[in-house]
Amino acid sequence: MAATAHAATVEHKHPNYMNIFWALAILTVVELIVIFLPFGKVTNGALLCALALAKAAVVAMYFMHLRFEVRTLALIAITPLLIATLLIFVLLPDGFAVAHKSDIRKGAPAASEGKH
Amino acid sequence: MSQVATMHAAVETAETPVTPESWGKLGMWIFLAGDAVGFGTLLAGYGVMRATSADWPNPYDVLGINLTAVMTFLLICSSVTMVKALEWLGKGDRHRAQWFLFYTALGGAIFVSLQAYEWTHLIERGLHINGNPWGASLFGTSFFLVTGFHGLHVTGGVIYLVSMIWMVSRRPEPAASYNAVEIAGLYWHFVDLVWIMVFTFMYLL
Repeated sequence: MAATAHAATVEHKHPNYMNIFWALAILTVVELIVIFLPFGKVTNGALLCALALAKAAVVAMYFMHLRFEVRTLALIAITPLLIATLLIFVLLPDGFAVAHKSDIRKGAPAASEGKH
Repeated sequence: MSQVATMHAAVETAETPVTPESWGKLGMWIFLAGDAVGFGTLLAGYGVMRATSADWPNPYDVLGINLTAVMTFLLICSSVTMVKALEWLGKGDRHRAQWFLFYTALGGAIFVSLQAYEWTHLIERGLHINGNPWGASLFGTSFFLVTGFHGLHVTGGVIYLVSMIWMVSRRPEPAASYNAVEIAGLYWHFVDLVWIMVFTFMYLL
């Protein structure tokens, strides 16, 4: 039984790990180049996010062998990303509410300073 | 017939359909998913604090990226040595597998040392957990919290890998440690994956 289970493990396809290494190294160099591009903060930010997600996906799919596992495991793996993305939208109203309050404070410094 | 049914039931309870190799692997994936929620929460919180702050410093100007780029490269290399260790173990070469596990642990140890050097340097320049000389004090708090949480994971990973070297040497057959080393590898690659996100969100953006 244990031997069969082990055989199943070894039979995982092994991709060419040096190719994966070069892909990650090149993507890192591209990231370092992107920060100097004159496209503006939003475009550069979007590019950097896309590159980071691409690198993370390469690590998960090939180094963590997710590509060769059943799909349910990929669903387990991707859940935190969805939760974190949702969390940004949950937190944003709070953040902007604080910024809004500080604008009011700027308008009435004396009253605000008295309170705090 | 009933014997077949009993055997079938036994197989069902002993194996998980998600990771037929072992329950341990499924356990590690679930742990990593939980851990990823922790890191995701920290990074999402960081993003929101930064987006809504008026005086958040530009991390690239303040922190510098030369050292951290080297650290990123180091972790990528250590991920390669980790998969190589597993590959050699699969081929039954215990000695080579142990050396590659050692290289992986060494990469992690150097990473943590470089992070300690970076922290010392930044603390000397005035970056503290409760403030920084370049603007929003939450910048210092979030920087030390996120990089510290990741550094603790790397430190734990180095200890985990050293224990794997010891385990591989103790088990009679190299194949007997394959599953445990694969599970340790999942943890190590996850630490690498998280650093890719931390490097982008806390240093480059």
